[in-house]
Amino acid sequence: MSFLELRDITKRYGTLNAVSDVTLSVEKGEFVSLLGPSGCGKTTTLQMIAGFVEATSGSIRLDGRDITHAKANTRGLGIVFQSYALFPHMTVFDNVSFGLEMQRVPKAERKDRVDEALGLVHLSPYAGRYPRELSGGQRQRVALARALVIRPPVLLLDEPLSNLDAKLREAMQFELRDIQRKVGTTTVMVTHDQAEAFSISDRVVVMEAGRITQIDQPYRIYEHPETEFISRFVGKTNLLPGTVQAINGPAASVSLAGIPVEINAGGLVSGETVTLCVRPEKLRLIAAGQGRLPGRVAERYFLGSQWLYHIDGPLGTLMAVTPNDGSAPLETGVPVGVDWNPSVVRVHRGRLAEAPDPTLEAH
Amino acid sequence: MSAAAPRFPTPLILSAPAALLFAALILTPLVLTALLSFNEFEHATGRTHGFTLDHYLAVLTDSYYLEIFLRTFRVAALATAICVVIGVPEAYILSRMGNPWRSVFLLVVLAPLLVSVVVRAFGWSMLLGPEGPINAALVALGFGRMRLLYSEGTVIVALVHVMLPFMVIPVWTSLQKLDPAVEQAALSFGASRGTAILRVVAPQILPGILSGSLIVFGLSASAFAIPGLLGGRRLKMVATIVYDQYLSDLNWPMGAAVAVLLLAANLIVMLTYHRVVEGHYRRRLG
Repeated sequence: MSFLELRDITKRYGTLNAVSDVTLSVEKGEFVSLLGPSGCGKTTTLQMIAGFVEATSGSIRLDGRDITHAKANTRGLGIVFQSYALFPHMTVFDNVSFGLEMQRVPKAERKDRVDEALGLVHLSPYAGRYPRELSGGQRQRVALARALVIRPPVLLLDEPLSNLDAKLREAMQFELRDIQRKVGTTTVMVTHDQAEAFSISDRVVVMEAGRITQIDQPYRIYEHPETEFISRFVGKTNLLPGTVQAINGPAASVSLAGIPVEINAGGLVSGETVTLCVRPEKLRLIAAGQGRLPGRVAERYFLGSQWLYHIDGPLGTLMAVTPNDGSAPLETGVPVGVDWNPSVVRVHRGRLAEAPDPTLEAH
Repeated sequence: MSAAAPRFPTPLILSAPAALLFAALILTPLVLTALLSFNEFEHATGRTHGFTLDHYLAVLTDSYYLEIFLRTFRVAALATAICVVIGVPEAYILSRMGNPWRSVFLLVVLAPLLVSVVVRAFGWSMLLGPEGPINAALVALGFGRMRLLYSEGTVIVALVHVMLPFMVIPVWTSLQKLDPAVEQAALSFGASRGTAILRVVAPQILPGILSGSLIVFGLSASAFAIPGLLGGRRLKMVATIVYDQYLSDLNWPMGAAVAVLLLAANLIVMLTYHRVVEGHYRRRLG
């Protein structure tokens, strides 16, 4: 039995299902992220765990205890809110001490624990300040210290880094993970930022339209997205529609706009329509006339550590990413060959509807 | 091209209409009243133009006036306190209501403002009068008739009725500015709803309560219609005394002196209150 268990959790607002049949088990000490675009139900799920929203059906168990209908103030969870929700009229010390005061912890112990929590987030010199006298990153850390000081069984983070600027966000990601490792608190984080979810979570739960579509380790989700939605939402991807021409044992030959490509057969049948997904960094740009597809550099973008190329070819425009190894990049208009290793191709069965690229939203 | 182009005084011009209106309608009568209060008064000849401080001395040394001033501020303070006790929870409940009901009840709270104070005062006097429904009910229940009108209590009740919207609106406004997650945070750390309201919500809406109580106190201390109509001839308040001096005794300078003293006393009370309460939260809320 897992430490935190959601079973068939559903939240209905009128006729709208904000969350449908969410089942999730979180092990003790684990860091799990709920990832999805806005409106996918991830925040509602978190609020049901926190007790601010009551589940329409299903059950939530924490350490064997059914908390589905328990009041928020009896659950004892540590929550970091998106807006931080610090008490503006209390000092940093009083903010952090508030939860302990509610637990009627004796004053002397309270002081020790608050000092310890502030030390953990490197804010000891700021104990006497008021929240409005702090920067965004410092407020964020006060919120974290305030949630951790009560030694909660589960720490809930609601988009904890979304109000920080890019540089600070990255630094805080690692600090957050570092602190979580140190304290060992079971953590559930909600985020719409896949980089954030991937870099610090043990497991990522991808949600779409109120449902869980995949639960897996970050690396597995990136490399083996189970649905076309995930492959679009998580990172960039090239989607190539084709038709299975022939099955030759373990390999299948797929025709992409008349160009034959070999992939792993994996249960496909001849004549089936499929979509091949290839990540931009898995494409290799080689000399013209070689490789699997011909192409021409249409655009190039310098991303610092990488080059992003748009390659025009018989299948439309493909994205390719190459590391910036210090050598001169390809010029626009240059013909190239596009190649890839057959093992990096993910196959989705069926034709994909042309949907607007959700990765744009995620960046 | 000249470097120092003449700057068009836009801010001055834009604020001029309001400033003129303010000067003409508030400052001028105030200055005239203040000047009037230093004029001499003869019962036979009326106002003369000599300079005297007699009226102020009379008011400040006569226990009759002192009692009226004390009563006025006691009534205003009690009305303010009751408005805080009723208005703050009312505003909080309103802010928590869902939409059709919130609009309906906000309208209910504000509705008294749509009816003239005089009409409402007469409403109260009919309700509380010797033949009114309250007394009829008391008689029917066997308690006998009670004299409800012309008492301090009645004036306070009626003032609270009139002033409540002025308390609810500023408190409501400061509640609107509150991040709802802050109260959730308090709950998540194990606070009961009551503790969360007391420790987390109330301190943050203090500015709203402060401005509400300043408005209510100021208006109550200088209220005329309610004490005039419900306090009757016996229960005098400062504003009704001013009226009497001007229109019954025809002692305009004395009326003016009382009016100026009321203004001064009101200012002192309000500024002190503001100082004390604001000093309390300034450092914390900025």
